[in-house]
Amino acid sequence: MLAIMKRELLSYFTSPLGYVFVAVYYLFSGLFLFLFTLSYQSANMETVYTGMFFVMMIMIPILTMRLMAEENRQKTDQLLLTSPVSLPRLVIGKFLSAFAILLVCTLIFLVYGLVLSGFATVNWAIILGNIFGMLLIGSVFIASGLFISTLTENQMISAVGSIGLNIAFILIDSFAAVMPAKFLQELFSSLSFFAKYSQFTLGVFSLSNIFFFLSVIFIFIFLTVRVLEKRRWA
Amino acid sequence: MIEVKNLTKQYGSKLAVNNISFSVKEGEILGFLGPNGAGKSTTMNMLTGYISSTSGTATINGIDVLEDPIAAKMHIGYLPEKPPVYGDMTVMEYLRFVYSLKKSKMPRESHLAEICELVKITEVRKRLIRNLSKGYQQRVGFAQALVGNPNVLILDEPTVGLDPKQIIEIRTLIKKLGKNHTVILSSHILPEIQAVCDRIVVISSGSIVANDSTDALAKNMSADHKLVVRTEGSSDDVKKLLSSIPGMDRVYVNREAEPGVYEYYLEATQGKDLRREISKKLSSRNYPILMMKSNELSLEEIFLKLTTGDNYGGVDK
Repeated sequence: MLAIMKRELLSYFTSPLGYVFVAVYYLFSGLFLFLFTLSYQSANMETVYTGMFFVMMIMIPILTMRLMAEENRQKTDQLLLTSPVSLPRLVIGKFLSAFAILLVCTLIFLVYGLVLSGFATVNWAIILGNIFGMLLIGSVFIASGLFISTLTENQMISAVGSIGLNIAFILIDSFAAVMPAKFLQELFSSLSFFAKYSQFTLGVFSLSNIFFFLSVIFIFIFLTVRVLEKRRWA
Repeated sequence: MIEVKNLTKQYGSKLAVNNISFSVKEGEILGFLGPNGAGKSTTMNMLTGYISSTSGTATINGIDVLEDPIAAKMHIGYLPEKPPVYGDMTVMEYLRFVYSLKKSKMPRESHLAEICELVKITEVRKRLIRNLSKGYQQRVGFAQALVGNPNVLILDEPTVGLDPKQIIEIRTLIKKLGKNHTVILSSHILPEIQAVCDRIVVISSGSIVANDSTDALAKNMSADHKLVVRTEGSSDDVKKLLSSIPGMDRVYVNREAEPGVYEYYLEATQGKDLRREISKKLSSRNYPILMMKSNELSLEEIFLKLTTGDNYGGVDK
């Protein structure tokens, strides 16, 4: 598991992908911080957090598109699948490599907090809560991207498919609005990714939301393992 | 060591491997021979647990590959048809990755250095795999299979893409490894299998058509009681004369080899050696024998006959 994570990380940083990803993340988060917080002379980063949801939604599929698709294309999956490594460990190793990069990106918010604390009193609990929230929703996107990447051997299809899936997550709210029956509306709203994430940005640290996202991550990792398993049985 | 029982793989309606069984003893080098698309790689992929079998079992060291894949895979070093190397890693980075993937307990650096020496990639170990030639990539793939010193080696066309000198080196290496490893080696090149393997399994369109030791296969398929004779003189006359020898089953005029010289295919009753009778009979009528040899088939011919479905008796067309 650690070996796979290490290899993926190495691979992120032998190509420009890792550097570009981190740089673009810092660029957008910094830009948002300037546009939505500093320029209003406020210490409220709520809009920045909201913006990062959409940045991650589009960018993380770029990070995950390669993870399994390239193995499938180069047939290096033959090495992984004939090694004495269990499939869940293999998948979690891949997941952790992308998560490590996300972590490096997200921790920049500690720096932003420090910058803000030079001008105003900062509520560190809210910042830490949001860092946790961003890591959580980022992990959801990593897990869904990893799942899509397993389905194809083409990186482009993998990226576009994952972005599409992530957009579908957002559309859950819109679907809820047009549902004919009240219980369907409630069902869909209760599945809303964005509504749950927004609670973090408002400073609400709800265990049920955390549990919801963790379940989604688990489901996608589970599905990824099943796809690998199924291919063996096809 | 390796035990394959009624292994079958079906892709949709296509039967890729059809009910094959064989076993490989410890320290044996088994050659897996067949034309392209015969099911060699599919079988190897099932043995290594990359794909499942539709039915049947494969056991490595008594461990069922499907029931306890992790334990079975601990014993296997696998070189697939396309070496599973990562272009963005250097040779050493790659081998270290494989080392930890296989959870090897051997001292890492000395073990890997030894493998590099063995497959002769020491001088490229710091280079990116993507910049290496096909032959070197193949050898890196081979090195990967040796990491952790597994006692079963499964090599799918290990010499593809190598130059003749490298091919000989790799063959020598496989022979050397065969002394303390169990090796299955696939190829569609016969001399390769003949040079390296103790035993040959010939597979054609998913089924085993022969399974024997290399020598026995050549011997069984050819036949001492089948002869090729060339003699000068009227072919009708000679044919009649030869047919009159007791124990001669068939006489077949093959062709006119030289002007006035005919070539005959003779088939005696199994186990009978009629060379002396033939010689006496022909000389009694002053037909000079210009050539007489046993109609022994080379492995190449046997292979073609087995895999194209011709009768492999040797004499008949």
